[in-house]
Amino acid sequence: MGKSDIKITVDASGLSCPLPIVRTAQAVKTASSGDLIEVIATDPGSVKDFQAWAKATGNELVEQTVADGKYRFVLRLK
Amino acid sequence: MSPAAKAPAKATAAKATAARPVARATAKTAAKAAADTPKKLVIIAYSGELEKTWATMILASTSAAMAQETSVFVTFWGLQTFVKDKKRITGENWMQKMMSFMQRPGVSHRPLSKMNFMGMGPWMMFKLAKRYNVSKPKELLEMAQALGVKFYPCQMTLDMFGLKREDLIEGMEEPVGAAFALQLMSEAEASLFI
Repeated sequence: MGKSDIKITVDASGLSCPLPIVRTAQAVKTASSGDLIEVIATDPGSVKDFQAWAKATGNELVEQTVADGKYRFVLRLK
Repeated sequence: MSPAAKAPAKATAAKATAARPVARATAKTAAKAAADTPKKLVIIAYSGELEKTWATMILASTSAAMAQETSVFVTFWGLQTFVKDKKRITGENWMQKMMSFMQRPGVSHRPLSKMNFMGMGPWMMFKLAKRYNVSKPKELLEMAQALGVKFYPCQMTLDMFGLKREDLIEGMEEPVGAAFALQLMSEAEASLFI
Protein backbone atom coordinates (compact mmCIF):
# COMPACT_ATOMS: atom_id res chain seq x y z
CA MET A 1 0.00 0.00 0.00
CA GLY A 2 1.84 3.07 -1.21
CA LYS A 3 1.94 6.15 0.92
CA SER A 4 0.55 8.19 -1.96
CA ASP A 5 -2.75 6.27 -1.91
CA ILE A 6 -3.44 7.31 1.68
CA LYS A 7 -6.00 10.13 1.94
CA ILE A 8 -5.82 10.77 5.69
CA THR A 9 -3.31 9.79 8.35
CA VAL A 10 -4.46 9.67 11.96
CA ASP A 11 -1.56 9.78 14.38
CA ALA A 12 -2.84 8.29 17.63
CA SER A 13 0.64 7.55 19.00
CA GLY A 14 0.74 7.65 22.78
CA LEU A 15 -3.03 7.85 23.08
CA SER A 16 -4.97 5.40 25.25
CA CYS A 17 -8.28 3.71 24.63
CA PRO A 18 -10.70 4.86 23.28
CA LEU A 19 -8.88 7.76 21.61
CA PRO A 20 -7.40 5.91 18.60
CA ILE A 21 -10.91 4.77 17.61
CA VAL A 22 -12.61 8.08 18.43
CA ARG A 23 -9.98 10.10 16.51
CA THR A 24 -10.35 7.77 13.54
CA ALA A 25 -14.14 8.13 13.59
CA GLN A 26 -13.74 11.91 13.65
CA ALA A 27 -11.27 11.79 10.77
CA VAL A 28 -13.38 9.58 8.49
CA LYS A 29 -16.19 12.12 8.65
CA THR A 30 -14.23 14.25 6.20
CA ALA A 31 -13.38 11.31 3.90
CA SER A 32 -15.46 9.73 1.17
CA SER A 33 -16.23 6.18 0.05
CA GLY A 34 -13.18 4.23 -1.16
CA ASP A 35 -10.68 6.51 0.59
CA LEU A 36 -7.75 4.92 2.39
CA ILE A 37 -7.19 5.97 5.99
CA GLU A 38 -3.95 5.22 7.79
CA VAL A 39 -3.86 5.05 11.59
CA ILE A 40 -0.70 4.93 13.67
CA ALA A 41 -1.16 3.84 17.29
CA THR A 42 0.96 2.63 20.17
CA ASP A 43 -1.88 1.18 22.27
CA PRO A 44 -1.61 -2.65 22.04
CA GLY A 45 -5.37 -2.86 22.65
CA SER A 46 -5.98 -1.05 19.38
CA VAL A 47 -5.27 -4.26 17.40
CA LYS A 48 -8.50 -5.94 18.51
CA ASP A 49 -10.26 -2.57 18.66
CA PHE A 50 -9.65 -1.79 15.00
CA GLN A 51 -10.76 -5.27 13.95
CA ALA A 52 -13.98 -4.68 15.92
CA TRP A 53 -14.37 -1.17 14.57
CA ALA A 54 -14.01 -2.37 10.97
CA LYS A 55 -16.56 -5.11 11.58
CA ALA A 56 -19.03 -2.74 13.24
CA THR A 57 -18.77 0.07 10.72
CA GLY A 58 -18.37 -2.04 7.57
CA ASN A 59 -15.13 -0.30 6.63
CA GLU A 60 -12.46 -2.65 5.37
CA LEU A 61 -9.26 -3.23 7.33
CA VAL A 62 -6.89 -3.79 4.41
CA GLU A 63 -3.59 -3.77 6.25
CA GLN A 64 -2.42 -4.24 9.79
CA THR A 65 1.24 -4.27 10.77
CA VAL A 66 3.45 -3.63 13.76
CA ALA A 67 7.01 -2.30 13.77
CA ASP A 68 9.07 -0.66 16.51
CA GLY A 69 6.13 -0.69 18.93
CA LYS A 70 3.95 1.20 16.46
CA TYR A 71 0.81 -0.30 15.08
CA ARG A 72 -0.24 0.71 11.61
CA PHE A 73 -3.73 0.16 10.28
CA VAL A 74 -4.94 0.92 6.78
CA LEU A 75 -8.69 1.13 6.35
CA ARG A 76 -10.76 1.55 3.22
CA LEU A 77 -13.99 3.45 3.73
CA LYS A 78 -17.12 1.69 2.55
CA MET B 1 6.02 10.78 17.04
CA SER B 2 8.97 8.55 16.23
CA PRO B 3 11.19 9.17 13.22
CA ALA B 4 9.78 5.98 11.65
CA ALA B 5 6.29 7.45 11.40
CA LYS B 6 7.56 10.78 10.11
CA ALA B 7 9.94 9.30 7.54
CA PRO B 8 9.27 9.89 3.84
CA ALA B 9 7.32 7.43 1.73
CA LYS B 10 10.29 5.30 0.63
CA ALA B 11 11.56 4.71 4.16
CA THR B 12 8.07 3.83 5.38
CA ALA B 13 7.60 1.37 2.55
CA ALA B 14 10.86 -0.33 3.51
CA LYS B 15 9.71 -0.51 7.13
CA ALA B 16 6.38 -1.97 6.09
CA THR B 17 8.06 -4.86 4.29
CA ALA B 18 9.99 -5.70 7.43
CA ALA B 19 6.90 -5.28 9.57
CA ARG B 20 5.32 -8.38 11.01
CA PRO B 21 1.64 -8.79 10.15
CA VAL B 22 -0.37 -9.17 13.35
CA ALA B 23 -3.49 -10.45 11.68
CA ARG B 24 -4.87 -11.11 8.25
CA ALA B 25 -6.80 -8.23 6.84
CA THR B 26 -10.53 -8.49 7.25
CA ALA B 27 -12.08 -10.14 4.23
CA LYS B 28 -14.06 -7.96 1.89
CA THR B 29 -17.10 -10.16 2.36
CA ALA B 30 -17.06 -9.51 6.10
CA ALA B 31 -17.05 -5.79 5.45
CA LYS B 32 -20.02 -6.14 3.17
CA ALA B 33 -21.88 -8.24 5.72
CA ALA B 34 -21.87 -5.38 8.26
CA ALA B 35 -25.41 -4.21 8.83
CA ASP B 36 -26.52 -1.12 6.97
CA THR B 37 -29.04 -0.14 9.60
CA PRO B 38 -27.13 1.27 12.57
CA LYS B 39 -27.18 -0.62 15.84
CA LYS B 40 -28.40 1.19 18.92
CA LEU B 41 -26.95 1.54 22.40
CA VAL B 42 -28.70 3.09 25.39
CA ILE B 43 -26.87 4.02 28.56
CA ILE B 44 -28.73 4.95 31.71
CA ALA B 45 -26.33 7.34 33.45
CA TYR B 46 -27.60 6.96 37.00
CA SER B 47 -24.46 7.31 39.14
CA GLY B 48 -22.45 10.42 39.77
CA GLU B 49 -19.10 8.96 40.82
CA LEU B 50 -15.95 9.65 38.83
CA GLU B 51 -15.20 6.05 37.86
CA LYS B 52 -18.75 5.40 36.67
CA THR B 53 -18.90 8.72 34.83
CA TRP B 54 -15.67 7.71 33.12
CA ALA B 55 -17.18 4.39 32.04
CA THR B 56 -20.26 6.15 30.65
CA MET B 57 -18.19 8.65 28.66
CA ILE B 58 -15.78 6.03 27.26
CA LEU B 59 -18.59 3.72 26.15
CA ALA B 60 -20.77 6.53 24.77
CA SER B 61 -17.97 8.09 22.70
CA THR B 62 -16.71 4.72 21.44
CA SER B 63 -20.21 3.55 20.57
CA ALA B 64 -20.77 6.67 18.48
CA ALA B 65 -17.34 6.18 16.90
CA MET B 66 -18.51 2.69 15.89
CA ALA B 67 -21.41 4.30 14.04
CA GLN B 68 -23.98 3.13 16.58
CA GLU B 69 -26.94 5.35 17.42
CA THR B 70 -26.13 6.20 21.00
CA SER B 71 -28.49 7.66 23.59
CA VAL B 72 -27.77 8.42 27.22
CA PHE B 73 -30.67 8.85 29.65
CA VAL B 74 -29.34 11.01 32.47
CA THR B 75 -31.03 10.61 35.81
CA PHE B 76 -30.53 10.85 39.56
CA TRP B 77 -26.89 11.38 40.60
CA GLY B 78 -25.94 11.19 36.94
CA LEU B 79 -27.60 14.58 36.45
CA GLN B 80 -25.01 16.20 38.72
CA THR B 81 -22.40 15.25 36.11
CA PHE B 82 -24.21 17.26 33.46
CA VAL B 83 -24.51 20.49 35.45
CA LYS B 84 -22.14 23.15 34.09
CA ASP B 85 -18.71 22.91 35.72
CA LYS B 86 -18.73 26.52 36.84
CA LYS B 87 -22.11 26.23 38.60
CA ARG B 88 -21.48 26.03 42.32
CA ILE B 89 -24.87 26.04 44.02
CA THR B 90 -28.02 24.76 42.33
CA GLY B 91 -31.59 24.33 43.52
CA GLU B 92 -34.49 26.49 44.63
CA ASN B 93 -34.98 25.63 48.30
CA TRP B 94 -32.49 25.17 51.16
CA MET B 95 -32.48 21.36 50.90
CA GLN B 96 -31.64 21.36 47.20
CA LYS B 97 -29.04 24.08 47.74
CA MET B 98 -27.53 22.16 50.63
CA MET B 99 -27.24 19.02 48.48
CA SER B 100 -25.33 20.86 45.76
CA PHE B 101 -23.16 22.52 48.44
CA MET B 102 -22.27 19.14 49.96
CA GLN B 103 -21.37 17.68 46.57
CA ARG B 104 -20.13 20.08 43.95
CA PRO B 105 -21.84 19.43 40.59
CA GLY B 106 -20.12 19.26 37.19
CA VAL B 107 -18.29 16.64 35.12
CA SER B 108 -14.90 17.83 36.42
CA HIS B 109 -15.88 17.55 40.08
CA ARG B 110 -16.93 13.92 40.43
CA PRO B 111 -15.94 12.09 43.62
CA LEU B 112 -14.61 8.52 43.68
CA SER B 113 -16.81 5.89 45.34
CA LYS B 114 -13.69 4.50 47.02
CA MET B 115 -10.61 6.36 48.25
CA ASN B 116 -12.06 9.80 47.62
CA PHE B 117 -10.14 11.30 50.59
CA MET B 118 -11.78 14.73 50.30
CA GLY B 119 -10.80 15.00 46.64
CA MET B 120 -7.25 13.65 46.94
CA GLY B 121 -8.31 10.43 45.17
CA PRO B 122 -9.76 12.12 42.07
CA TRP B 123 -6.77 14.48 41.98
CA MET B 124 -4.42 11.49 41.84
CA MET B 125 -6.61 9.79 39.24
CA PHE B 126 -6.35 12.84 36.97
CA LYS B 127 -2.58 12.94 37.53
CA LEU B 128 -2.34 9.30 36.45
CA ALA B 129 -4.68 9.86 33.52
CA LYS B 130 -2.43 12.66 32.28
CA ARG B 131 0.70 10.53 32.66
CA TYR B 132 -0.83 7.67 30.68
CA ASN B 133 -2.52 9.89 28.09
CA VAL B 134 -6.01 8.88 29.16
CA SER B 135 -8.73 11.39 28.31
CA LYS B 136 -10.73 12.91 31.15
CA PRO B 137 -14.51 12.43 31.31
CA LYS B 138 -15.01 16.07 30.26
CA GLU B 139 -12.97 15.58 27.07
CA LEU B 140 -14.74 12.30 26.30
CA LEU B 141 -18.10 13.98 26.86
CA GLU B 142 -17.21 16.68 24.34
CA MET B 143 -16.09 14.02 21.82
CA ALA B 144 -19.29 12.06 22.39
CA GLN B 145 -21.37 15.16 21.73
CA ALA B 146 -19.35 15.96 18.59
CA LEU B 147 -19.95 12.40 17.36
CA GLY B 148 -23.70 12.80 17.83
CA VAL B 149 -24.46 11.05 21.12
CA LYS B 150 -27.82 12.23 22.46
CA PHE B 151 -28.07 13.04 26.15
CA TYR B 152 -31.60 13.12 27.59
CA PRO B 153 -32.09 14.60 31.06
CA CYS B 154 -34.78 13.07 33.27
CA GLN B 155 -37.54 15.61 33.95
CA MET B 156 -38.55 14.16 37.33
CA THR B 157 -35.00 14.28 38.73
CA LEU B 158 -34.49 17.80 37.38
CA ASP B 159 -37.57 18.88 39.37
CA MET B 160 -36.56 17.03 42.52
CA PHE B 161 -33.06 18.56 42.55
CA GLY B 162 -34.45 21.97 41.58
CA LEU B 163 -32.28 22.00 38.47
CA LYS B 164 -33.17 24.31 35.61
CA ARG B 165 -32.50 23.58 31.96
CA GLU B 166 -29.89 26.38 31.94
CA ASP B 167 -27.98 24.76 34.83
CA LEU B 168 -27.11 21.89 32.47
CA ILE B 169 -24.38 21.87 29.82
CA GLU B 170 -25.15 22.98 26.28
CA GLY B 171 -26.27 20.53 23.63
CA MET B 172 -28.50 18.25 25.68
CA GLU B 173 -31.85 17.05 24.39
CA GLU B 174 -35.20 18.10 25.83
CA PRO B 175 -36.02 16.48 29.21
CA VAL B 176 -37.90 13.18 29.02
CA GLY B 177 -39.48 10.57 31.30
CA ALA B 178 -39.13 6.90 32.15
CA ALA B 179 -41.45 5.75 29.37
CA PHE B 180 -39.24 7.43 26.78
CA ALA B 181 -36.16 5.75 28.28
CA LEU B 182 -37.86 2.34 28.25
CA GLN B 183 -38.94 2.82 24.66
CA LEU B 184 -35.35 3.65 23.67
CA MET B 185 -34.13 0.52 25.47
CA SER B 186 -36.72 -1.73 23.87
CA GLU B 187 -35.44 -0.71 20.43
CA ALA B 188 -31.73 -1.00 21.28
CA GLU B 189 -29.34 -3.92 20.81
CA ALA B 190 -27.80 -3.20 24.20
CA SER B 191 -28.73 -1.14 27.26
CA LEU B 192 -26.45 -0.36 30.15
CA PHE B 193 -27.33 0.93 33.61
CA ILE B 194 -24.29 2.71 34.99
